[in-house]
Amino acid sequence: MPVELAFDFVSNSAAADVLAARRGWSGFFTFTTLVVILSSTIRLAVPYIFAAIGESIAQRSGVLNLGVDGVMLLGAFAAYYVTLETGGPWQGLGAGLTVGMAMGVLYAFITVTLHATQDISGIGIYLFGLGFSDLLFRQLVGTPIPIERFEGVFEFIVPDERLDVPYPNLYNHSIIIYLAFLLVPLAWLTVSKTTFGLNIRAAGENPEAADSLGVSVVRTRYTTIIIGNALAGVGGAALVLDKGIYFQNITNGIGFIAVALVYFGAWRPLGVLAGSLLFSLVTSAVLEWRTLGILTGAAAQLTEMVPAVITVVALVIVTRRIGQPSALTQTFSREINY
Amino acid sequence: MTTHHLRRLALAAVLAVIGLLATACVDSNSAAEIPPGTLRIAIVAPSASNDRSFTQSLVEGVKALGDRVQYVITNNASREEAAVTIRDYAKEGYDLIIAHGSQDGGSLQEIALDFPDVSFAWGTARDTFGLDNVYAYTAASEQGGFVLGTIAAQLTETGAAGVVGPIEVGDAKFFIDGFEAGVEFQNSAVDVNTVYIGSFSNYSRAVETTKALIAQGADILTSSAQIAVGAIGVARDEKVLWLGNQADQSSLAVDFVVASQVYRWEVILEEILDSIEGGVKGGRAFTITLENGGLEIVYNNAYDLPADVRTRAGEIASGIIDGSIDPSS
Repeated sequence: MPVELAFDFVSNSAAADVLAARRGWSGFFTFTTLVVILSSTIRLAVPYIFAAIGESIAQRSGVLNLGVDGVMLLGAFAAYYVTLETGGPWQGLGAGLTVGMAMGVLYAFITVTLHATQDISGIGIYLFGLGFSDLLFRQLVGTPIPIERFEGVFEFIVPDERLDVPYPNLYNHSIIIYLAFLLVPLAWLTVSKTTFGLNIRAAGENPEAADSLGVSVVRTRYTTIIIGNALAGVGGAALVLDKGIYFQNITNGIGFIAVALVYFGAWRPLGVLAGSLLFSLVTSAVLEWRTLGILTGAAAQLTEMVPAVITVVALVIVTRRIGQPSALTQTFSREINY
Repeated sequence: MTTHHLRRLALAAVLAVIGLLATACVDSNSAAEIPPGTLRIAIVAPSASNDRSFTQSLVEGVKALGDRVQYVITNNASREEAAVTIRDYAKEGYDLIIAHGSQDGGSLQEIALDFPDVSFAWGTARDTFGLDNVYAYTAASEQGGFVLGTIAAQLTETGAAGVVGPIEVGDAKFFIDGFEAGVEFQNSAVDVNTVYIGSFSNYSRAVETTKALIAQGADILTSSAQIAVGAIGVARDEKVLWLGNQADQSSLAVDFVVASQVYRWEVILEEILDSIEGGVKGGRAFTITLENGGLEIVYNNAYDLPADVRTRAGEIASGIIDGSIDPSS
């Protein structure tokens, strides 16, 4: 059956010449490439935004979770498997959220109820997520198979129609990308302008004082940990629903970068968003260098490290002047205090 | 329950998971009783038996041998796991141990020296290391790549084709070189943008590279190795045509896969088994080609390929077989 293809313009040698001329640095400095980079930046930032915003909320209450990457892996696999089985990305997203929440309950139990050291427990959660997601994938799926993705909002609003708008790639993203950006002001409002947010900040700065004023530090931390892990699960789900595929260790350290972005963003949603976009911008630009043939061979491999190096450098510069929540990584126990 | 007990419970749960992780990922058709004359083959593969590409092509080849063999396959083996598993199979006395992946050549060379009475095969490669117990096998994948290149040159509307390459080695490189030559042969005005992503298994990078190629104008794409599966999903969603390699990939994007070059490894596996039964344990290299039937262009019936394009592809394939067309030029 003939199908409508993605491109409408007619074959001719002039078109090929134009395309070939776009290679190299001359191709990089074009409006088309700029749009491609911006579009990719927005899309690639989404898993970082979900995971880092969630982690920032947990850290504001005094709980560090180095297991974000493991939770993302589990959320990613859950979303992938459910989407593969049901054909519905919304169901997959729900599965990622649910698994993230479950991991949140587990991590809260370990760190808040059992008073386990947060950094070591987080690494344990990461290793668990890495191994268990791979085990489940091997046993239940075996090999990567493409799954359904979220459609762009244009297709969602007007199915089977083509909207005649300039540079649709720039804003015809899936609904989950809009949700990620909506999360930023929502997180800011919650943490900065609500009573619950005040409790979070109190639990993260001085839990004993908060407790003496009637704030349940345990309940607050349980809640923020569950929110943080749920968002990590959603971040993992967003990753596979964007890529349309799952494989071993698909996050490739996104969760750890997300933790770094919390420091980079000084525990503020807007700062986290800025860090996520910066990291994704560099990643996207490097990808485009490879596509345009600017970087090949070993040089292309080396540039894989550029986004991480820039993040570390930025981290060093930024965190020198901004303090973290005073009670971050400190366990809280009423028994100890009385 | 005290905190101490809860901690022990958590530790027990973690240990249980570690135990589960130790479960090996092995497929086989082996029976307890081995009929006389049946050869035992062990395969160590870097991806799953149903990966729609590299490993699946070999597994289907082994299955096509029928009752002549009993086989066991270790899937998804990393380079380190492969080295250990190959040695274990050698100790177990298999008649032929196949290391499927050019990355395992170094390990195989060492192990083969330790087990001179066991036959080994590895590919895709042409080097037997000068050892009498090592076979090498490869695919003249540039042949099918060339045919698919001519198809791409005729179907592109933007005048641009894209290639998502893994690492510049083995049959993947031959295929891509052949594809580029085929496009050039058919219509030199068509631009081919090839990007090697530096990995056989980083599906994420393959996805992003595919998106970038499409954004830069490519409207027909191909790839090689396992990463192709990730790239096909993008082609399907972006409604861009796809040309497959190694296995028939039509089922992954039924409306957009035009044709695939399919490997029929059974053609050379039969020769290797004949050779082993004749008392020769190795020392030879085999190649599947269009001529010997080891390579085949399989068309996707669900895609309405214009008759003249298909006829032209047939002519090109015939030219390669009779030697009038050199796909490597």
